[in-house]
Amino acid sequence: MELTRRNAIILGASALFVAGLPKQSAAAATSDELIAAFTGGAEIGTGDIKLTAPEIAENGNTVPIEVSSDTAAEILVLAMGNPTPSVATFKFGKLAASRAASTRIRLAGTQDVVAIAKLDDGSFVQASSTVKVTIGGCGG
Amino acid sequence: MISRRDFLQTSMAAAALYGGSGFGNWARLAAQQALTQDQLLDFDTFGNVSLIHVTDIHAQLKPIYFREPSVNIGVGGNKGAVPHVTGADFRKLYGIDDGSPSAYALTHDDFSALAKGYGKVGGLDRVATVINSIRAARPDALLLDGGDTWHGSYTCHQTQGQDMVNVMNALKPDAMTFHWEFTLGSDRVAELVEGLPFAALGQNIFDAEWDEPAELFPPYKFFERGGVKIAVIGQAFPYMPIANPGWMFPEYSFGIRDERMQEMVDEVRAQGAELVVCLSHNGFDVDKQMAGKVTGIDVILSGHTHDALPEPVLVGDTIIVASGSNGKFVSRVDLDVRDGRMMGFRHKLIPIFSDVITPDAEVSALIDAQRAPYIDKLTEVIGRTGDDQTLYRRGNFNGTWDDLICDALISEREADIALSPGVRWGPSILPGQDITREDIWNVTSMSYGKAYRTEMTGEFLHVVLEDVADNLFNPDPYYQQGGDMVRVGGLGYRIDVTKPQGDRITEMTLLKTGEAIDPAKTYQVAGWASVNEGTEGPQIWDVVEAHIAKQGTISLDPNNSVKVVGA
Repeated sequence: MELTRRNAIILGASALFVAGLPKQSAAAATSDELIAAFTGGAEIGTGDIKLTAPEIAENGNTVPIEVSSDTAAEILVLAMGNPTPSVATFKFGKLAASRAASTRIRLAGTQDVVAIAKLDDGSFVQASSTVKVTIGGCGG
Repeated sequence: MISRRDFLQTSMAAAALYGGSGFGNWARLAAQQALTQDQLLDFDTFGNVSLIHVTDIHAQLKPIYFREPSVNIGVGGNKGAVPHVTGADFRKLYGIDDGSPSAYALTHDDFSALAKGYGKVGGLDRVATVINSIRAARPDALLLDGGDTWHGSYTCHQTQGQDMVNVMNALKPDAMTFHWEFTLGSDRVAELVEGLPFAALGQNIFDAEWDEPAELFPPYKFFERGGVKIAVIGQAFPYMPIANPGWMFPEYSFGIRDERMQEMVDEVRAQGAELVVCLSHNGFDVDKQMAGKVTGIDVILSGHTHDALPEPVLVGDTIIVASGSNGKFVSRVDLDVRDGRMMGFRHKLIPIFSDVITPDAEVSALIDAQRAPYIDKLTEVIGRTGDDQTLYRRGNFNGTWDDLICDALISEREADIALSPGVRWGPSILPGQDITREDIWNVTSMSYGKAYRTEMTGEFLHVVLEDVADNLFNPDPYYQQGGDMVRVGGLGYRIDVTKPQGDRITEMTLLKTGEAIDPAKTYQVAGWASVNEGTEGPQIWDVVEAHIAKQGTISLDPNNSVKVVGA
């Protein structure tokens, strides 16, 4: 049997460590604050981080996204245009077979989704993708 | 009586009869009236593989008139690039003489005058003749249908696509991909697809719940033709649940998914594919962008945006072929594939001049059989066009068909403002021609055609126009959905296509009072083709029919209410 994602989930074979963001203070933290807290102010480059998101959301209430990196210890995902930008932080252990995670997020409108990875060597890299949320209709 | 075929083939002395515009080159037109089926089909068979591409037929079984756009604006990197070239610029680019058959087939100028000389285009029985002639030269040619086939006419709506399936099956396609087909609803799509004697492909058709490839639609299929191992990869319309009502096919998710396209190309190459063909419903600019990102596709057969190009466009090592719409064209692409790669190509965009190409008798009979149960309804004359009135739709902004539909919505639904979708399908009607019920359905038929009436604030109307404008004029093709601008009645506006979303639309004006649209004020708006579930109102074709019947003869005021800048 070919191992499809459906089967993988049914088999309960997922080996990801998924953790929500630590609780912030009552008021939603801004994306700048969240990034600063994650990186400790370190420079963010580009490199081993991949973010997959649709160009146009089929449904802004549940937008599938995926992040992956071969060398990430943690990946922070932010929806920059949401009232509460924090989406998730994925943490990967040393023994993780695949450092990839996917989830569905809610987007308040057209905006950039950003993934910042803390790599094993302590450096930070970033990928971003504009996801358009449209009211639809009128396709040729 | 001299038939139109004789008329075209024997050359015409009286071309001036159809002149009067002073725009076309009528003397040359007369010389070029000698058009024959042999000329249209003339092709020096080349290489070892032939592809035949039809796309966006929109259920047009019979010959029709179809006016190409006068306004087709390209933005960003595609400004001024084909297919965003129209009229005289298009003819100059391709060396097409004014008034020639190609000018009539590919550009809009002098449309109604040329149409009276050259006649209707399309008809699947004529398409059958062309396909048969290509197969006579190359028996194992691949016939590929780019989709938007099971939508767009009275009979297609009444039979839920069965008429098109029956006729297309007689043409024996090898594969197909999809768009409007899904608006039949996922159950009906599954029922039809399961019965198809050919491949239903879509590498980007996914199961929405599990986000994995939908089982009903394989990503690709292999063919062995002319000793060449060919992989055809399907690419369905990426924005189906956004541009069309997603609630009709909630099980499916789409998207461009160009990374998976690359995986599929790599996969078929690893399995020995010597030629990789992408049968696409992306739209032309999206295909161009995808060709620049995905490596290893030899040919993209492009559909969705209804462009007809007399030559393929090259992006890297990929050729992109655009084959028009409504059965008006068939593309033939001959390829020389040797040593596992495409060494050369020969291409012809064949216009289906329906008075020149002999219909295939068997397919003619089959088409008539599909129409027979409905023939009285189809042929009932509802009104006619005035002597100066052409009805057409295609173009970035309102066509005259849209103006007529918007007038119908405003008067029949007692609205201030009308909105009509910027779809690219819908044949044209010449001046002084009867308008039948079939003609009305050809420009309105769909499974979500109810004409709503609702209140919208000026602010919301602005949001709607901005949203649709961005689907058309976003400089990144991957954010374009491939429709034209929403058509408006009772409303004027200015659009700067170079601005970002939110800043393009200004000077919105309520035409009946001449006052500026007030963001805080509420307006009565009538429209149709809402993607929302539960929309209520009469069917749009009934609204339009009632309006035309009352008018009798249709004569529209010129519409100058949209000011376009930055093009």
